[in-house]
Amino acid sequence: MMNVFGRRILQLSKQLSSNLFVRNSTHFNYYPDTVAASEGETNRMNLFQAINNSLDLALTKNPNSFIFGEDVAFGGVFRCTIGLQDKHGKERVFNTPLCEQGIVGFGIGLAAAGGTAIAEIQFADYIFPAFDQILNEASKFRYRAGNQFDCGGLTIRAPCGAVGHGALYHSQMVEAFFAHIPGIKIVIPRGPIQAKGLLTSCIEDNNPCIFFEPKILYRTAVEQVPVKEYKIPLSKAEVIVEGDDVTLIGWGTQVHVLHEVCQMAQDSLNVSCELIDLQTISPWDRETVLNSVKKTGRVLVAHEAPLTGGFGAEITATIQQECFLHLEAPVTRVAGFDTPFPHIYEPFYIPDKWRCLHALKKLINY
Amino acid sequence: MMFTSRLVINQYRYGFAKLFRGLCSPSGSSSTQTTVGSIDLKLDDLEEKPAFPGSRSKWTSTLSFIRSENYEGIPVYRVMDREGKIIETDGDPNLGQEMITKLYKGMTLLNTMDRVLYESQRQGRISFYMTSYGEEGTHFGSSAALRDDDLIFGQYREAGVLMWRGFKLDQFMSQCYGNIEDLGKGRQMPVHYGSRDLKFVTISSTLATQMPQAVGAAYFLKRQGTGRIVICYFGEGASSEGDAHAALNFAATLDCPIIFFCRNNGYAISTPTVEQYRGDGIAGRGPGYGMATLRVDGNDTLAVYKATAAARRIALEESKPVLIEAMTYRIGHHSTSDDSTAYRSVDEVRFWHQKDHPISRLRKYMEQRNWWNDESEKNWKEESKRQVMQAFVTAEKKAKPHVKEMFNDVYDEIPDHLTEQYESLMEHLKHYGEHYPLKKFQGMEDS
Repeated sequence: MMNVFGRRILQLSKQLSSNLFVRNSTHFNYYPDTVAASEGETNRMNLFQAINNSLDLALTKNPNSFIFGEDVAFGGVFRCTIGLQDKHGKERVFNTPLCEQGIVGFGIGLAAAGGTAIAEIQFADYIFPAFDQILNEASKFRYRAGNQFDCGGLTIRAPCGAVGHGALYHSQMVEAFFAHIPGIKIVIPRGPIQAKGLLTSCIEDNNPCIFFEPKILYRTAVEQVPVKEYKIPLSKAEVIVEGDDVTLIGWGTQVHVLHEVCQMAQDSLNVSCELIDLQTISPWDRETVLNSVKKTGRVLVAHEAPLTGGFGAEITATIQQECFLHLEAPVTRVAGFDTPFPHIYEPFYIPDKWRCLHALKKLINY
Repeated sequence: MMFTSRLVINQYRYGFAKLFRGLCSPSGSSSTQTTVGSIDLKLDDLEEKPAFPGSRSKWTSTLSFIRSENYEGIPVYRVMDREGKIIETDGDPNLGQEMITKLYKGMTLLNTMDRVLYESQRQGRISFYMTSYGEEGTHFGSSAALRDDDLIFGQYREAGVLMWRGFKLDQFMSQCYGNIEDLGKGRQMPVHYGSRDLKFVTISSTLATQMPQAVGAAYFLKRQGTGRIVICYFGEGASSEGDAHAALNFAATLDCPIIFFCRNNGYAISTPTVEQYRGDGIAGRGPGYGMATLRVDGNDTLAVYKATAAARRIALEESKPVLIEAMTYRIGHHSTSDDSTAYRSVDEVRFWHQKDHPISRLRKYMEQRNWWNDESEKNWKEESKRQVMQAFVTAEKKAKPHVKEMFNDVYDEIPDHLTEQYESLMEHLKHYGEHYPLKKFQGMEDS
């Protein structure tokens, strides 16, 4: 997958990151996933390698697919595209000028002409210059043309979420802004296995997709990932832990926070939690969520993004409407505070396991 | 955070590149060569020329600012004067009687359709309209110079381009009425045309968004290698949007076969160009992006034709973008929601209408060759009006699509939550249907 040059760069950048970056906190423990032996040969991959693998397979399979964005040619600032230009050519993996609205607009046009466009926005925090192209153009392209034209071949990838020290513009979770847009799909994986399968689904889906990659997992999340191409369906949540007393709902890194909370609740409170990874934010899997809530009667939704207008509100309102008679306590949200994402205060800002556990106790004792 | 890491990584990267070059050089590393960024320089040159990777210029010890007012504007290319006379003897593209007549008939047919639909909006029969008065020459002159399968991205005042491609009067009318024949299924405002068959990408209201999209499409067409290019139309007001900057820069750096065609008609709604920019129009920006650029008389259909044909050759053969700025004047109101007498004089409009109109200029050119006269003008006027009125009446009578079309095409397939929302609407209409205009919508009477 990766050439020697790529490995060398990777080693260097690993050294650099350990020298230069002081991580204030690692607020979660990673829970690696496993796949059945029937999935065939596997390779040890972290999240960025799994994404690289998915992109490599997409470029190999489809000669009309292209990867572009800021600094993707030399491998990307997070190494997700390393080796791809060498393997697939400068015409298919290339740098663009530094202009997000241009990147997304370019990708829409490439897709509308019949190509498969895989655009990278360097940080989700910087996707907003392209908000107009996503909201008014990509999402409405098929609808407004009466299905004469579409940009279903467009996928936008962007690193997202808390990283320990990213402050205001290298930490944001922005999915709720996009969840309010009919016509696009929003996907967030929790680890390498999901990342590869979900990204491949996004690339091949016939609708414009935004794929947010929790950047703190790029290196910390490591597991055995199937070597072959495979897809994980969009708009399907996954029940990771089955339980009877409370439903916990999260996505991205937060799934791992909640996973630990599950164990803490079991060990210290003898409470059985059911953990759901939503995976697709829009259109989301209401069936899986509502079935779980009907069984448990109690729900905690947690996300890094601010509380007000966060996607937890949408889930909560839907649960309240569909499961009213099953609920035994108010649906509870644990989220980032309604402030910008701060630098030195990050440990106090994020909805970590202690805040989630505290909320869970209240939920149980209601 | 990323600034630091990227800087350091880049140093390693360039270090590698240098080492690699040294290893690969057959004569060993040359002592007179050095690498700065990705640029190779001879050491002897270093004193002579700046080594900065960001430009290719010379040193100067004179402190002198570049001032745009010290330069004359880019000249306006024209082929014929206001009397329809060819200026340079070899300037006539010699398109022949048949082609010129087709251009003229198209321009006048658009003019007739504009009058009928403008009036129909005044009478409340359609909700909105935008005419093309005064800009017919830019539409027909440019589209006639393209290949039929070149992909077109427009703004909204390019109906003539679509008409030249073969969009029928019925289709224009159906879109404006949002009836069952509308290819857009009645979802967009009037004049937001589009046609997959005619390679004309559906119009959207958001200004300049089509520009970087057109570049992406051009990049893909280049890769396909089928000889197709892209043309992208926009007004001088839209050129102020960030997307215009994105598009011009991407097209240049990514070597895309695209013609940017700017209609500079002097106004963006009420805003005159003096409040839109202070440089030399839009064409003045082309060289700044590293782009072949031409300014043309937009009321000279033949000049527009020649400019576009030449631009097409550059785009295709050199795989490079070209910028054409067609100077013209918006004779009509911005739209049916605008009364332009609130911000400009009637005399000004009258000048352009009477003294420098693309239609009358082409007619003079034709009359000089005895290809047209008062009688053919009278006959064609009657015939074109008859065609327009017939299409108009037909379109008005047709039903609107079923309300289900409101939920279709949001995604490639209707997701469950939208199916539920559709069903809830239908359930609602069972009880409250009498409060809704069901009769106008096909198959909705029984709801």
